[in-house]
Amino acid sequence: MIAPPQPELITVNIDGRPIAVPKGTNVIEAAKLAGVDVPHYCYHPKLSIVGNCRMCLVEMGMPAVDPATKTPVMDPATGKQKINWMPRPTIGCATNASPGLHIRTTSPMVKECREGVMEFLLINHPLDCPICDQAGECKLQEQATGYGRGYSRFIEDKNVKPKRTQLGSRVTLDDERCILCSRCIRFCKEVAKDDVLGFTDRGSHSTLTCYPGKKLENNYSLNTVDICPVGALTSTDFRFKMRVWFLKQTDSIDAESSVGANTVVWSREGVIYRITPRQNDAVNDTWMADSGRILYQAVRSPERLAEPTVDGVASTPDMAVNAAGKLLVAGATAVVGSGRSSVEEQFLTKRLADAVGASAHLVGRVGEGDRLLISADRNPNVRGALVVGLIKELPPARLDGLAAAIDAGQVKTVVSVGEDLAAAGLTAAQLAKVSVIFLGTHRNATSAAARVVLPGLTVFEKNGSFVNQQFRIQRFAAAVPGPAGATDDFQLLAKLTAAAGGAAPAADLRSLWSLMAAAVPALVTLRHHTIPDTGLLLDGTPWAGLAFAERETLHYQPAK
Amino acid sequence: MPEQRRLIFQHIDEPGYSNDLACYLRSGGYETLKKAVARKPEELIDEVKKSGLRGRGGAGFPCGVKWTLLDRKSGKPIYLVVNADESEPGTFKDRYIIHQDPHQMIEGIMITCFANNVKQAYIYIRGEFPEGARILERAIAEARAANLVGPGILGTAYGCEIYVHRGAGAYICGEETGLIESLEGKRPYPRIKPPYFPAVLGLYQCPTIVNNVETLCHVKHIVAMGGEAYAKIGTPNNTGTRILCVSGHVQRPGYYEFEVGKVTLGQLLHEVCGGPRPGRKFKAVIPGGSSAKVLKFGERYKGKRKVGVEMVDYDWGLEDVPMDFDSLALIGSMGGSGGVIVMDDSVNMVEALANINAFYAHESCGQCTPCREGSLWMKKITGRMVHGDARPEDGALLKSVADQIAGRTICAFGEACAWPTQSFVQKFGDEFKGYAAAKKAAAPDAIELV
Amino acid sequence: MNLKPETLQQIDAVIPRYPVKRSAALPLLHLVQEDQGYISPEAIEWIARKLELEPINIYELVTFYPMFRQKPIGRRHIKVCRTLSCALLGAYHTCAEFEKHFNTYRGEVSPDGEVTIEFVECLASCGTGPVVMIDEQLHEKVDPARACELAVKLKAESAQRA
Repeated sequence: MIAPPQPELITVNIDGRPIAVPKGTNVIEAAKLAGVDVPHYCYHPKLSIVGNCRMCLVEMGMPAVDPATKTPVMDPATGKQKINWMPRPTIGCATNASPGLHIRTTSPMVKECREGVMEFLLINHPLDCPICDQAGECKLQEQATGYGRGYSRFIEDKNVKPKRTQLGSRVTLDDERCILCSRCIRFCKEVAKDDVLGFTDRGSHSTLTCYPGKKLENNYSLNTVDICPVGALTSTDFRFKMRVWFLKQTDSIDAESSVGANTVVWSREGVIYRITPRQNDAVNDTWMADSGRILYQAVRSPERLAEPTVDGVASTPDMAVNAAGKLLVAGATAVVGSGRSSVEEQFLTKRLADAVGASAHLVGRVGEGDRLLISADRNPNVRGALVVGLIKELPPARLDGLAAAIDAGQVKTVVSVGEDLAAAGLTAAQLAKVSVIFLGTHRNATSAAARVVLPGLTVFEKNGSFVNQQFRIQRFAAAVPGPAGATDDFQLLAKLTAAAGGAAPAADLRSLWSLMAAAVPALVTLRHHTIPDTGLLLDGTPWAGLAFAERETLHYQPAK
Repeated sequence: MPEQRRLIFQHIDEPGYSNDLACYLRSGGYETLKKAVARKPEELIDEVKKSGLRGRGGAGFPCGVKWTLLDRKSGKPIYLVVNADESEPGTFKDRYIIHQDPHQMIEGIMITCFANNVKQAYIYIRGEFPEGARILERAIAEARAANLVGPGILGTAYGCEIYVHRGAGAYICGEETGLIESLEGKRPYPRIKPPYFPAVLGLYQCPTIVNNVETLCHVKHIVAMGGEAYAKIGTPNNTGTRILCVSGHVQRPGYYEFEVGKVTLGQLLHEVCGGPRPGRKFKAVIPGGSSAKVLKFGERYKGKRKVGVEMVDYDWGLEDVPMDFDSLALIGSMGGSGGVIVMDDSVNMVEALANINAFYAHESCGQCTPCREGSLWMKKITGRMVHGDARPEDGALLKSVADQIAGRTICAFGEACAWPTQSFVQKFGDEFKGYAAAKKAAAPDAIELV
Repeated sequence: MNLKPETLQQIDAVIPRYPVKRSAALPLLHLVQEDQGYISPEAIEWIARKLELEPINIYELVTFYPMFRQKPIGRRHIKVCRTLSCALLGAYHTCAEFEKHFNTYRGEVSPDGEVTIEFVECLASCGTGPVVMIDEQLHEKVDPARACELAVKLKAESAQRA
């Protein structure tokens, strides 16, 4: 494990309690460390500081020191050093920890500031809660309840602004709800590097807008929806679909590329409604790509494999496994694993490959990285295959080796764990020469040509882990159950191994991990449940010589 | 009758005086610059510190201190930005300097730049002075041709360029960091301080001085006569002269330059400006631009104040208040920009406030919550009172809203839009309570203010 | 963009005055508006390209500053100060006088296309109020009688042009 560097600590005092915080910490973060909530809107830990919402106003004081002698001035009442409290409040987001800094968040002045700001934010805010998607996760609702006065004194007419603008294909904007915090503008400029949003007009008539004719279309546009504290920016896909308090949250990993952005999958009663990023300051901060969010739509696709088949005829999992087993024991089997399989599945694939006496192929997917959160390697878990020893080299894009072997008559059966062999370069003729056993989730040319089709689960329906480009192992969990006809991939691989004549490895996560820890050097100290939520860096030096395709992305620098 | 002292305005509206270089040279122009470049820059800064000069733009901040705060160690270029945005309602002095005596300001600019190692100055002039911008461009070109501006002035190695930059109608560009943002080509949103103090992180994140037009003219005179001599003019801690701009309900509105503190409000309004209009009595006065708190005729102020090193009693009627920064602050208002707006008893204070609130709501940049929402709310309340239904509790509501703005904002616009409401309601509360009834009884030809 | 050659020259002369190109946004907007009469979407995009910015960066400015307009106005621009000092001396009556003479309301182009009348905020000449700017010329002490005189003068000037 690689330990992070230790920061320099400074002691500040929050509501009477001293706390040591790293140098440079702002008051909002320092308060959080002390268990104190400082409400805010415009502040975001990953964006520049603007200090415009004024909600984080707190009282600030510094220890009194005699200006001439520099000795501390004592307060006779408390016997401690006197604190000079500033007559005006200060914003917490722009105040950094300095030695002796004293902060009060519960004084009457702070209470009035918060009530004032809340009142101001609500006077032109439309009473949309009943129809607004943000309800239940709305900062305005939360902070009005927690820190507002509780009643309104405004009897004038509210401002009217455009209410249903399609900012782009994925984001809808309601300008009346906007509190002009500018988080979205800062995000687009500073993180997505697509300076397309701005404020027009001025004063209370200021309006968030895109230049007419331009759109908020970049592949990170939905992050603005995540960070919008209110229901001004909403996801067009999610609009009006579900109240957030009904949704279950499951931690997952974006399988789009080897970045391994951390995600949360939101589901209810077996149906996924949306995916949002999960904070991991070492991998993806608080962001993810839009293209990773729509991956859940594949779960209920009409192309989903619904039941096992043998030679095109519907079957049961056990019968299909038996049929596959007969093919496997006949010998001359090739195994095609996947860079999209989990570490656990890749371990089991290795066991299967050993049982049939084959070495495994993997299909590479190298594309263009976007230097942000999509890397050049579109497989999320090639490194997992390296770590468990499924492969020793980086996989090629096409299965030319396998194709040649098929043409040379050396292969009679091919087991494909989730890979479309045709897309990987095998011709129809080559496919016709072999018996294919296909484990997968969606129909493709390979499943059509396969003799045995064993439907498995998508990443949203099973537990497992991936190793990302940093060699960080990260867990994902099942959010929804798979379709009735699908079987857990651990079960399938374990049973196939047994059917091929090998020792049946464990098929439950715990026992499997005990096996893995014993067999894989890099995992020897781990268990699945001991991996932290933000992942764990493995030692990648055994593979340091390989020519990984990834270039620089957020939080990743390729080795020189 | 108190005597004016025309130091800055010596040549304003003088018959025969023109705004070209030749005329300025004939009156001894640029002699001070010639002497200044032969001295050490630190000496010049020292003169300004000794002079006690306070900024004439509205804040009254000591100019010498402002220059001292400059970060001279960063290695970044230092900029001077001239605040010629004159937009504080009631103020009309920089207009005359720019249009009629621009070289006085340019000389002040060059001396300031030399003293502070500035190689590039920008004059940010409000967009509504298009003729002024042309006059300044011509004057700078003349000065450049005469080696008084540009690379290597007056045969020395020191050079400084001056460019004119026109604004486009936003009062918030008078705020120093709003001005800087506007000069950088962005929406003029004032910056949070800390960390963006212009002296450290100003224009293009470089150390920057922002000085008012009149202030820079005073610099020239300070260097000419010496800081100590200048400090003897005016009153202690309120040194030099300042131009007072009187407008509204007086017989003789206009500009008047006095030694600071050497004329009282009463002398100014009654003697210098000829008193109220026929048949009228003075009712209220705003002494320092519309952002200053209003003062009510008939008020009295008592207490102790510091004169020199002693604490001295004062017991003033409104007319006794000396027109200096400290005295006006003492009695609960401010010297501000020197814009004195006078209202007589024909004025309904609710309607006057409605006019002011409309100004601030219009000019709020919209960046921070209290000012953005509060200024428009206050405008809507006074607007409703005047054009719709006024409730007796509206005055108290107005004050409560204003109290939620002042002290909570990014820049002083928060105070600027809150103080009028707070002071109008505090001092004329009865008019607010009784407005609905008064409106019904109002004369049909009463003047419309909003 | 159909800008006059002098305008293009001035634009090229003003950009190097600043170490950062973006600073030239306001000067360019003034020059383009003087040339074309208003700022069109084409102008916004042209200026953005010229300064290596996004159109939104210029659009934000055009809508913030009241002196920039996105539509053409009347041939003559009458700006009446409405802030306190001028209001105290009758600015609202002055404005009404202009509106009456040209049969138009604030913010519109008059039916004959001749004027647009607007309220503006303090023009910094409060001592000689009520103050009116007509195009670039400042007019002082404009009470309704003087407004009437000015309106007549404007109409005479417009007839001469015809």
